[in-house]
Amino acid sequence: MGIAQRMAKKQREISIAEFFEKNKQILGFDSLTKAMVVSVKEAVDNSLDACEEARILPDILVKIESVGKDEYRIIVEDNGPGIVRKNIPLVFGKLLYGSRFHAIRQSRGQQGIGISAVVLYGQLTTGKPARVISKIREEDVAYEVILTIDTKKNEPRVIKEAPLIWDREEGTHVEVTIRARYTRGKQSVLEYLQQTAIVNPHAQITLIEPDGRKVVFKRATDTLPQPTREIKPHPYGIELGQLLNMARSTRTYRLTSFLTSEFSRVSPKIAEEICEKAYLYGDMRPQELTIEEAKRLMDAFNKVRLMSPPTDCLSPIGENLIKKGLKNVLGSLKPGFYARPITREPKVYGGNPFIVEAGLVYGGELPKDQPVKILRFANRVPLLYQQGACVITKAVSSVDWRRYGLEQRGGEGIPVGPAIILVHVASTRVPFTSEAKEAIADVPEIREEIELALKSLGRQLKMFMIKKERKSKLSEKFFLVTKILPEIAKKSAEIVEKPVPPLEPVISKIMNVVWIDENVEKTGKNEVRVNVKVANFMPKTLEFKLYGDYPVGTLIETDGVAGEDYVVWDVRIEPLQYQHFYFRLGDVSGYGETNYYVEGINPSVVVGAEPLPGDWNIRLDVMEEILEKEAKEVGEEEQEIIEDELEGVEDE
Amino acid sequence: MNSDEALEKLYRLAEEIYEDLKRGEIPKMKLAARTRNNIIFNNEYGVWKYGDAKITRSAKKLDGAYMLLRTLYVMEFIKEMIRDRKSSTLREMYYISEGWGLAKFHSQDESNKLAEDLEVITGHLREDFRLRPEEDGASVIGNITIEEINRKGQPRRINCRDDVGDSGYLIPYNVEKDKLRFVDVDADFVMGIETGGMFDRLVENGFDEKARAILVHIKGQPARSTRRLLKRLNEELGLPVVIFTDGDPWSFRIFASIAYGAIKTAHISEYLATPTAEFVGITASDIVNYELPTDKLNDRDIAALQAELKDPRFNTPFWHEEINLMLKIGKKAEQQSLAKYGLDYVTDTYLPEKLTEMGILQ
Repeated sequence: MGIAQRMAKKQREISIAEFFEKNKQILGFDSLTKAMVVSVKEAVDNSLDACEEARILPDILVKIESVGKDEYRIIVEDNGPGIVRKNIPLVFGKLLYGSRFHAIRQSRGQQGIGISAVVLYGQLTTGKPARVISKIREEDVAYEVILTIDTKKNEPRVIKEAPLIWDREEGTHVEVTIRARYTRGKQSVLEYLQQTAIVNPHAQITLIEPDGRKVVFKRATDTLPQPTREIKPHPYGIELGQLLNMARSTRTYRLTSFLTSEFSRVSPKIAEEICEKAYLYGDMRPQELTIEEAKRLMDAFNKVRLMSPPTDCLSPIGENLIKKGLKNVLGSLKPGFYARPITREPKVYGGNPFIVEAGLVYGGELPKDQPVKILRFANRVPLLYQQGACVITKAVSSVDWRRYGLEQRGGEGIPVGPAIILVHVASTRVPFTSEAKEAIADVPEIREEIELALKSLGRQLKMFMIKKERKSKLSEKFFLVTKILPEIAKKSAEIVEKPVPPLEPVISKIMNVVWIDENVEKTGKNEVRVNVKVANFMPKTLEFKLYGDYPVGTLIETDGVAGEDYVVWDVRIEPLQYQHFYFRLGDVSGYGETNYYVEGINPSVVVGAEPLPGDWNIRLDVMEEILEKEAKEVGEEEQEIIEDELEGVEDE
Repeated sequence: MNSDEALEKLYRLAEEIYEDLKRGEIPKMKLAARTRNNIIFNNEYGVWKYGDAKITRSAKKLDGAYMLLRTLYVMEFIKEMIRDRKSSTLREMYYISEGWGLAKFHSQDESNKLAEDLEVITGHLREDFRLRPEEDGASVIGNITIEEINRKGQPRRINCRDDVGDSGYLIPYNVEKDKLRFVDVDADFVMGIETGGMFDRLVENGFDEKARAILVHIKGQPARSTRRLLKRLNEELGLPVVIFTDGDPWSFRIFASIAYGAIKTAHISEYLATPTAEFVGITASDIVNYELPTDKLNDRDIAALQAELKDPRFNTPFWHEEINLMLKIGKKAEQQSLAKYGLDYVTDTYLPEKLTEMGILQ
């Protein structure tokens, strides 16, 4: 039985206050610090959902004020569409009003007990009413409503309701005073908002903490998420209570038409087949369905072959925006590597469509000796509690990260290293482990998708490490050929009393690469000049094409041929020669680095550019082969060193 | 004249490096792989020496390039020493490299290792390069008279029982015939002892006179000169050599380096090793038979024992039995644990029993 039904049933028997008191834990108010986070979360989730439905880029202010010992006023203000005056008391003063339990769509609101529970919690713990100001575009004034909840009847009790001049065009402002505790660090309001900002890069979120500190999570994109679409339930995912409710309230007259019109993927032919297998008459009135018959119907659902539910109702964040969100919020940690985020194809579990997305950052100032941080999200809402019980954590733990360059004892468990892993599960119905909705249940289909996404990130991480290692080996070699080799030549010539020999052939044999490197020069406000250097350390003359990408519409000038968002140069370069290219960009602030691509040359000899077009896995194989070969060469020497240590011979 | 030959070989190395560069080849040196897998038993000398496996140190790698450059500098340095009739310690060479720019050694390990590499490549001893180790103070007590050429070039006779203090005669770094000559000896065998505590115990108990033994304190893993002296005592005077150490895997290796040759110096095993040396104890069987106080084997000890089972030098029934027994009981013991039965137990009971069993004492 779902929480709605359970609560509705209990409402008849006991007062809502009593129920609340008994179920604090289920509702997430079990500790003072958690009550703070949950309250902010309910208000912010509402704001984000409202803005998205109205196609407005959210701008949300969260302000926490201390008003006494363990007593805080939480203020959340948004630029959403506002709430019509007569609905304000219902939204904030009636539990489970406007709940989404029957709407089959991906939304945040699915997850919480609702803002009215926060109002009730505040009322029970501090005795103070909630204050709401809301304005819709169509009205000239806002309305201010001060209210409490009648805990016997589950009805709003309005204390004051009055028009108010508000300088906003539209929006909602909520104030609730609750007993809680404000903390920073793990499982705090700050962490919650930070993670919210990562997966909602279209939102601007400002937090003012009790001590007046202000934290702003800036908007990183103007693209709103795809609007989510409501879909009819799929027979595979239906619960008995839900089926009975639907049957009672349907306007159809026949069981077969009930099935075809209220469910997705049920054709008239399939409906007949279901009825037959349930031993029910297709002509019976669905309103008269008994529990026994409903159970038979559910059994029959599983005996017929149905198409999977439509998956276009889901709104993934998308690879691009995950990267932007991570960069926006974590940029100050200067991670050395952002993996290309993975958005998997939509899949289905038990009749419910879902989609898995994952991202990974590595290096920078992230701690090296700690378990990696796992950011878990369900329908764009951060999950802060019950990490161990969550399928995301289980999937992370079951991947052997040692293969991808992270430390992990015995190849399982949470790996150790300077990394953050993000996993987002979006679904019309996220399967939580409990009513508290703090962890996602271990559903095999979901777990498999997460693991596949993680492995794909792992391969990228490995690739990054291989390249980094190669680059550092090369700079070692560069030092070798420019400093040590000339010394060897000079000294040996001195000893044999002959002229110093030319070193070019040996240098190119040792290096044996083409090196592409850039230097970004700031030439004015929002203007940069990118200088590209190509060095040929191969023993032969090379001809190839070099591509460099840049943000669309920023190019001022280049000595190459300009495409829409890339420049291409024809390179012809003799052994041990350098070539210099450049391009100038305007209207860029904080230019990062250019991605370079090469064509017409064996990519394994190129450092600093990728082959065009790219294919991660093939390149990974090529790179691994090269590195293995190099590793083999040093292998013998290394073995010798190990033997020396084992021998433990202190000769003198 | 060994020095000139050694220098000539080093000159050839420099020439090869130069020729490689001139031909456009990456300069490199080949030398015997100094690993456990590359030592084979040499029937002629009865010791373990390097096999045919070679490793290449090439200028393609940073380590190899440094080695080539340093070799050139070391060569020049040796040339100067030969010209000026000087020699230097390994440590002095390490400090002298301060002036060598990029070729400077970053630790003495590096310079010691290069000296060994040059030995392996040229087949000459580092003494031929005029390089010597620091004194390490291993000492001898027993009724043997030697004649050492002192720093003034004068021969000086020393009886290692009567002319020395309690710490004995200190073994110099050079124990070759031109430096040290045996004049007279009145003893039946030589015993190398690992720890200073046990050496002092045997001296205090007068074991050298009672058992007609020459006692050599080998000071842990013995220096080359100590091993060389043991070999000369054995070969020139016909004295049997026995080794008395702690009972743990590391002490077994000390014995192996004396009797069979050390892996690190296998290129000169025929010069340093005493193939007829025998192991007195402490064996794993001793631990059991004498019920000695013990310590538990730690993870490193166990790994070392297991490595020894794969070491060709230990591939004898005696050693496999002892090593497996030690692994089985999981215990090790020190020489001095014999003091459990009193200070005289080692000289009155343990050693007489063991040496009689081995046929050294009648």
